[in-house]
Amino acid sequence: MKPYKKIIASFALLALMFLALYFLEQHFGKRSMLITVLKKGAIYALIAVSMNLLNGFTGLFSLGQAGFMLVGAYTYAVLTIPMARRAAVYQYYDGGIIPFTAPAIVGILAAGLLAALIAALIGLPVLRLKSDYLAIATLGFAEIIRAIIQWDTLGPITNGSNLLKTYPTFKSVIPVFAACALCIGVIVLLIHSTYGRAFKAIRDDEIAAEAMGINLFHHKQMAFVISSFFAGIGGALLAMYQGSLQANAFKSSMTYEILLIVVIGGMGSISGSVIASFLFIACSEWWLRFLDTEMYIGTFKVPLLRSGFRMVVFSAVIMVVVLFFRKGIMGEKEIWDLRRPRRRAGKEAGR
Amino acid sequence: MKKIIALVLVLVMSVLAASAMAETVKIGVFEPASGDNGAGGKQEVIGIEYAHSLTPTVEVDGTTYDVELVIVDNQSATDKAVSAAQELVDAGVSIVLGSYGSGVSMAGGEVFADAEIPAIGCSCTNPGVTSLCDYYWRVCYLDPFQGTVMANFARDEFGAKSAYVLSQLGDDYTTGLATYFSKAFEEMGGTVVSEQFTEGTSDYTAYLTNAINSGADIIFCPTSTTVAALLIDQAASMNVTLPMLAGDTWESSVILDAAKGTGLTICVSTFFDEKDESSPQASEFVQGFKAWLNANPDKKTNNGGNDIVAAVSALGYDAYMVAIEAIKAAGSIESTAIAEALPSVAITGVTGSISFNEIGDANKDMAYIKKANTETGAFDFVKTQTVAELAQ
Amino acid sequence: MFDKILPYLLSGISVGGQYALIAVGYTMVYGILRLINFAHGDIFTAAGFFMVYMVTVLPIQIAIPLVVALTVLLGFTVERVAYKPLRSAPRMSVMISAIGVSYLLQNLMWYVTGGLAKQYPTIPWISQSVTIGTATTKVVTLITPVLTVLLVIALVAIIQNTKIGMAMRAVSKDFETAQLMGIKIDSVISTTFIIGSLLAAVGSVLYFSNYASVTPTAGAMPGLKAFVAAVFGGIGSIPGAVIGAFIIGICENIIKALGYTTFSDAFTFALLIVILLFKPTGLFGEKTSEKV
Repeated sequence: MKPYKKIIASFALLALMFLALYFLEQHFGKRSMLITVLKKGAIYALIAVSMNLLNGFTGLFSLGQAGFMLVGAYTYAVLTIPMARRAAVYQYYDGGIIPFTAPAIVGILAAGLLAALIAALIGLPVLRLKSDYLAIATLGFAEIIRAIIQWDTLGPITNGSNLLKTYPTFKSVIPVFAACALCIGVIVLLIHSTYGRAFKAIRDDEIAAEAMGINLFHHKQMAFVISSFFAGIGGALLAMYQGSLQANAFKSSMTYEILLIVVIGGMGSISGSVIASFLFIACSEWWLRFLDTEMYIGTFKVPLLRSGFRMVVFSAVIMVVVLFFRKGIMGEKEIWDLRRPRRRAGKEAGR
Repeated sequence: MKKIIALVLVLVMSVLAASAMAETVKIGVFEPASGDNGAGGKQEVIGIEYAHSLTPTVEVDGTTYDVELVIVDNQSATDKAVSAAQELVDAGVSIVLGSYGSGVSMAGGEVFADAEIPAIGCSCTNPGVTSLCDYYWRVCYLDPFQGTVMANFARDEFGAKSAYVLSQLGDDYTTGLATYFSKAFEEMGGTVVSEQFTEGTSDYTAYLTNAINSGADIIFCPTSTTVAALLIDQAASMNVTLPMLAGDTWESSVILDAAKGTGLTICVSTFFDEKDESSPQASEFVQGFKAWLNANPDKKTNNGGNDIVAAVSALGYDAYMVAIEAIKAAGSIESTAIAEALPSVAITGVTGSISFNEIGDANKDMAYIKKANTETGAFDFVKTQTVAELAQ
Repeated sequence: MFDKILPYLLSGISVGGQYALIAVGYTMVYGILRLINFAHGDIFTAAGFFMVYMVTVLPIQIAIPLVVALTVLLGFTVERVAYKPLRSAPRMSVMISAIGVSYLLQNLMWYVTGGLAKQYPTIPWISQSVTIGTATTKVVTLITPVLTVLLVIALVAIIQNTKIGMAMRAVSKDFETAQLMGIKIDSVISTTFIIGSLLAAVGSVLYFSNYASVTPTAGAMPGLKAFVAAVFGGIGSIPGAVIGAFIIGICENIIKALGYTTFSDAFTFALLIVILLFKPTGLFGEKTSEKV
């Protein structure tokens, strides 16, 4: 396909997707499980893609995603809670000390920027570390960020460890998809740019990449900051989706969940991460729910089914994927590459 | 291709979910069955189930509807609570009861408000539950009152001049109650040392040592029952002699089991006392409930294996009855109509008369204070305290 | 003054001993496989639940050895099922597998227990109270550090003086060369996991006797801290892990004594990062150089 045809085709597909979303929402209602899953799935897709940019494309094994999401979510919530509600939200801190309310879009951008800024600061020391040392250092930083946000002394800003709510949220699925699609689009463009090629070179062989004249630290720092920027935005969207926010939920287990999504989708595949996110969320929130409720066929009680069984089955399936389908759903391929297998195969052989 | 398959699956599933409709009205039960507050949540659920067993139908406009309870587990965590609340919304409930624990109620409230479904809190005492949500009502008293009650009790009963206050980071119930207790205690001229522990802490010996070293006269520790069991066990092995005071969560058989044979002084404030015979409704409820528990072994297990009537069970019962009244008053099973009818509902419940103020809180003004008897393993009634008495 | 500090020190040393027993498992596995075994904390918790369910049918004298045996079996199985098939895969894949196992074990324990805290059985004698000077505590608090040190000395003796110990040292020095020299890699790795799980089981008995309730996530925090202790002491070094664990246990309690309770967990991670940045090999770790 010629480039301009490709662009037209992508826009047509996007338009079709939004049209489909619009009709689904009209038909099933904004509060149906389908729409709920689509909303959460889109947000997780963005977060998973941001993590994939680091782990899959640049080869930096970072486990700090939950920390940056936390920063983003809190930035958004703190800035956008309406003045009239502050006294009730900050009930132990005399209404907090932030004297203004920002519009939602400013809140979202600020969420990304602050997460990126903190990533830049953290990146300076930790990006010099390698593989698993980097992983645990970022994991540690995420925990430290959580402790600082929960710190009582910062209460007038963060409301301590208590719940934040009443900030603006979205009702429809369209704006969520628009925001996530835009962000993922930017990441795709980045990966196809010279920077993206440099990231992949670093992943494949650091020393060779350096020998080719790629500034290692500069590029690692860039990937880290960009990934955190989008994780921050993802955090803000997640806060909007949930309607309430508490630092306690952003534990390392959240990072693990996102990492598992990336692995299921395929390290180094954007479309893989997106597909895996929707599958993951749909399974955990919806399709496997029946495993949690006791069921009778006639008088026969189906064994094992009770609260918690869903998560056992779910994590067992994940283990099977991790062990036996190590490449995940897409491997390193993208969904738009699937239609021309021969050219791709040629390229692979040429490597 | 995968996307198409997924889409087809989605469509099939939703069609299946949409079928199966009958002459029923669904009441959502939004309670923790697992996590730190699981034990308490289960006791609240059995109160609701008992009420349901007595009043399984409701008549609206000449049609008799079967009431169906849709019970979900919010796992005592605010992020899981959002999913659980969405499950209730998806199930098409007309009204929601619960939850034990204020944080989860505040998190779930946002989902219910968005779906315009009214919710009645049973034992969530933090002011934020109703003040931050237009669709939340509640049948119990609030933490500013409870905190003041316990502060007064600490001064009057133990002559306490200084208090050590311990609460859990990231738990709205415990931080809220601890803050209001501290406020009241300091206003009375007492001094407060307050500390917080993080979720998942097992070792409380350092906190207890801090309490002793701070020279406090009492320890106020309104924690979850899971933490309480650890705290009591460690206090006993360290021979802590300071009285331990706490709020409504501690009125639980978990505390009695942990405290049995230790010789600790443990006092709690709560909503209800099974031995209080001043109200005929309450006596009738206690009798009926005990019989029901003894007839249903699995319910008895959920009550902690005994037939002691917990205050939260009584509140669950009352909340269910309020919900039934609201459906009748609305003359409809539409959630929006029920939400409109709810503010003017008034009943005489087993925990006292219930009517709502403009914020959505029950006009309740009495707390029961009980002391754990470490020999018999039961709670002894100490006194009641009302708002009017505090004002004096 | 000393009267006031004594209780903190006692609990610090005791906590340190518990962390040490977990940390040895981390450090040995890392030394040999270069793998952060994220599931180790969950194996520790599982040992707690084995005990809870075991004592309902068996007397405690039989239950304790059985619990240790079951935990060892669990550790062995996890290695065989989740790590062995990935031996030739990149390190990242094995680590992800470890995270997956941890996720699975936690969900499984949540399911079995219904997500509620379980009361740990009281073990006679060690659960009793004892008074030393001004501090009153459980007997287990005093036993823990002593038992820890004895076990670790025994372990070091095994590694220094036996054939399998020698094999372990060889494998941790150079995986491939050791294989070429005829060392049965798989049995060495299994032994490592068996020793690690055994110590975790002993640690679990001591830990839960002290803090008498078990939840599905009870092991997550001690696990993470023990891991930090292992890094602090120099990952791969057994005495290093033990010393690191004691230092972290004591520091944690001193921080609580100073009133910064919110930061007692964060401090551990801050310490981890400082160590990684300034002395990545820890207190006693060996230098490794990246090969091209």
